[in-house]
Amino acid sequence: MSTTRRDLLKLLPAGLVLAVGVGHADEPKKYGGDGMPHGLQDSPKTFVSIGEDGIVTIIAHRSEMGQGVRTNLPRVVADELEADWKRVRVAQAPGDEGLYGNQDTDGSRSTRHWFEPMRRCGASARAMLEQAAAARWGVPVAEVMAVNHEVVHKASGRKLGYGALALAAAQLDVPARESLKLKDPSQFRYIGKRDPHLVDIEAIVTGRSHYGIDTRLPDMVFAVIARPPVLGGKVRGFDPAAALKVPGVLKVFELAGTPPPSEFQPIGGVVVVGRDTWAAIQGRNALKIDWDDGAHGSYDSTAYRKLLEQAVSQPGGKEIRNEGDTYAALKQAARTVTADYYVPHLAHASMEAPAATARIKDGRCEVWAPSQSPQAARDRVAKRLSMPFENVTVNVTLLGGGFGRKSKADFVVEAALVSQALDGKPVKLTWTREDDLHHDYFHAVCAQHLEAGLDANGKVSAWLHRSAEPTFMSIFMPDPKQLSGIELGLGLVNLPLAVPNIRIENPAAEAHSRLGWLRSVNNIQHAFATQSFVAEIAKAQGRDHRTVLLELIGPDRKIDPDKIGDVFNHGESPERYPIDTARLRKVVERVTKEASWGRKLGPGRGLGLAVHYSFVTYVATVIEVAVDAKGGISIPRVDIAVDCGAQVNPDRVVSQMEGACINGISQALMSEITFKDGRAQQDNYHQYLIARMNEAPKKINVHLIPPDFSLPLGGVGEPGVPPIAPALCNAIAAATGKRIRQLPIGDQLAAKA
Amino acid sequence: MSSLNINGQAMAVDAPDDTPLLWVLRDHLGMTGTKFGCGMALCGACTVHLDGQPVRACQTPLSAATGKRVTTIEGVGASAAGRAVQKAWTELGVPQCGYCQAGQIMSACALLKQHPKPSDAQIEQAMSGNLCRCGTYTRIRVAIKQAAGMKGAAA
Repeated sequence: MSTTRRDLLKLLPAGLVLAVGVGHADEPKKYGGDGMPHGLQDSPKTFVSIGEDGIVTIIAHRSEMGQGVRTNLPRVVADELEADWKRVRVAQAPGDEGLYGNQDTDGSRSTRHWFEPMRRCGASARAMLEQAAAARWGVPVAEVMAVNHEVVHKASGRKLGYGALALAAAQLDVPARESLKLKDPSQFRYIGKRDPHLVDIEAIVTGRSHYGIDTRLPDMVFAVIARPPVLGGKVRGFDPAAALKVPGVLKVFELAGTPPPSEFQPIGGVVVVGRDTWAAIQGRNALKIDWDDGAHGSYDSTAYRKLLEQAVSQPGGKEIRNEGDTYAALKQAARTVTADYYVPHLAHASMEAPAATARIKDGRCEVWAPSQSPQAARDRVAKRLSMPFENVTVNVTLLGGGFGRKSKADFVVEAALVSQALDGKPVKLTWTREDDLHHDYFHAVCAQHLEAGLDANGKVSAWLHRSAEPTFMSIFMPDPKQLSGIELGLGLVNLPLAVPNIRIENPAAEAHSRLGWLRSVNNIQHAFATQSFVAEIAKAQGRDHRTVLLELIGPDRKIDPDKIGDVFNHGESPERYPIDTARLRKVVERVTKEASWGRKLGPGRGLGLAVHYSFVTYVATVIEVAVDAKGGISIPRVDIAVDCGAQVNPDRVVSQMEGACINGISQALMSEITFKDGRAQQDNYHQYLIARMNEAPKKINVHLIPPDFSLPLGGVGEPGVPPIAPALCNAIAAATGKRIRQLPIGDQLAAKA
Repeated sequence: MSSLNINGQAMAVDAPDDTPLLWVLRDHLGMTGTKFGCGMALCGACTVHLDGQPVRACQTPLSAATGKRVTTIEGVGASAAGRAVQKAWTELGVPQCGYCQAGQIMSACALLKQHPKPSDAQIEQAMSGNLCRCGTYTRIRVAIKQAAGMKGAAA
């Protein structure tokens, strides 16, 4: 193993939002939420307020992007608080990690990290209300009990509502953590219950919800930016005359960018300000800009793919895991199976493209943004405006989708800079869809080569996996060529395998586009390759895929991620979160049972299976596919079994799995970003395709492993994605005999004319 | 100055005739329920009704909307069908991020007006112009049937 935990810490730049615990080398390593920047907070004085009318207001400090977090975490507080959910309101926190603890909403971490602190928060508030009531009545606190928004003294039949106790309770100290009495799971009122009336749903269905693009301020103007189309490109010169003639265009000016690695800072360009968004867009269309493309102007996806495939075709890549002697075992194998896989660049393409509104007044900047990381946004705005951190406010709106894109603050900083250039005038900066697809923080392209050696008994004796893919660390540091520990830990180095000889290599790859993390990140390509390959091994032997998969998972055991070279483990403690192969096996068994694995299907139909462990959650999927005579694909049914530990809000776990499924179907069937002359070639949704209703599965059945609150929670937002593409391609192979090894499937199945 | 009838109210707008209705609604009238997704009628996020017919507001110039009844997500709940769709969406927890849902609801309402008991094929045909990146399609299908009072909606 060549990457140590110490190395990983050195690699991490300040503010990398995927960061695992960054501390001083001599401090004990912190895990989970404690290991995140600014850690965890649980004081009810921070998160809970109660009015004299009894209305309980709970702060949601994580960003809502469809995962239900503005409902889920406040419900945890309300449950331990014994609050009546009908009398609870939710207020969104601005970016302030010093007060609220970590707010970086990605990595499938919100509920996983905050379930316990939010329980303590609610339980503390409940204890304070009980104490206040006991003092009021002059009875021992042990004789009173909070029940459904009031405190009751059973012996005397006296009751006081939370509103009547609020003032007195607020004067009390927050009880010590050790003194808190958390509920037994059998007492939960909301946690684990399937009745989630989402706090924002009425506003959403009536058009009253506030997304980043919806902010309105008095005297606001509207801006768009023409950005350099190539990574590291610059404005050589521009002619604003035609743009300024467009009715409604108010101003045109150049915005200086940050050269690569530009991290979360804007890449510059030419700003067009208008009296409405349409005028600004029309003005930008009329602009004449001479771009200096710089060093990446020849980036070409076809040529780059050849480079990556060449890199994985031979030994010599950085060794990231080595058990036994794989090359010798391959030579001695009775038989070998080999396959190469390719996954292209992908874009986030959230329905709400990046957008932010800013104004500067009296030395203070206030922004409204759909930010997954409002602390980072605040920090970067302050730095770029040379303003004290305290003078910047970042208000968090609803996010019209995030998927990792809105972790990056570039668009927020842009809005602040445009306002600054307009003497602080309120300005809404909108990204068009074209901006979004051309200037995304793209999901990295990847080529992989796998070889398996089979012994005389048909058992897999050797497993070789080479993966070449540019690293997203390239936005933080100049020209890194290897994957970081984080990316290796996303389904590459940490694959649980009962095989005696395992070798995983990561050949070097250079980044030529701005990269980032997209929902489930590198797991997408790693699960696609490994889970397709298991089916290929089974097929080569004429054996049942499920049987071979369970054999490769092997006997029940808890694997220490450190021992197989995974220094990341999603920031979680290897002791608390080992890789539990029994849980992996059980989701395979559950999903195959539910999907009636092995059932007879008509011609052109097939079942495909895949399992993947990511974000410390176990997900297995079976997809039923129907392929018609012309190669048209439809998906009658998907079954998904998920073990994420206990489910705080089961309906949102199900909805995240449904959404992850359709997201994975898009990746499998149609989504692809390609580059030519350094430029992303897809302009809008007619070229960057995502699944529509007619292409989506007809039915998605999600099977939750029964809750066990003694297990630490797993992530939910992302781990549903990785098994989808391989399960679909395995189903297609079962249905047609055709093996798909490159995504998207596109017209690979189309009948030849 | 153009005059628009939006959700039964007369509104005056000072914008060039070729300004898309989307930006008139959002930037001039402050009605931000109608969403911008693509600007090319590819995603359906900006769907509104013109005289009861679903159109993409990003491709509808102001001049084409004058003299017609414009219904937006803010006003669609005034009709029984609109309210039934919103109720089904709420009860089934259809939205995730919710951004596309205004457009989804406007398309669903137009579908139910034309086909009060739509078939699966009619649902797909009416709804496939509306993208959802969160992937709520399976719930949308069920919610449309529930709003239509069809049996087996829960299936």
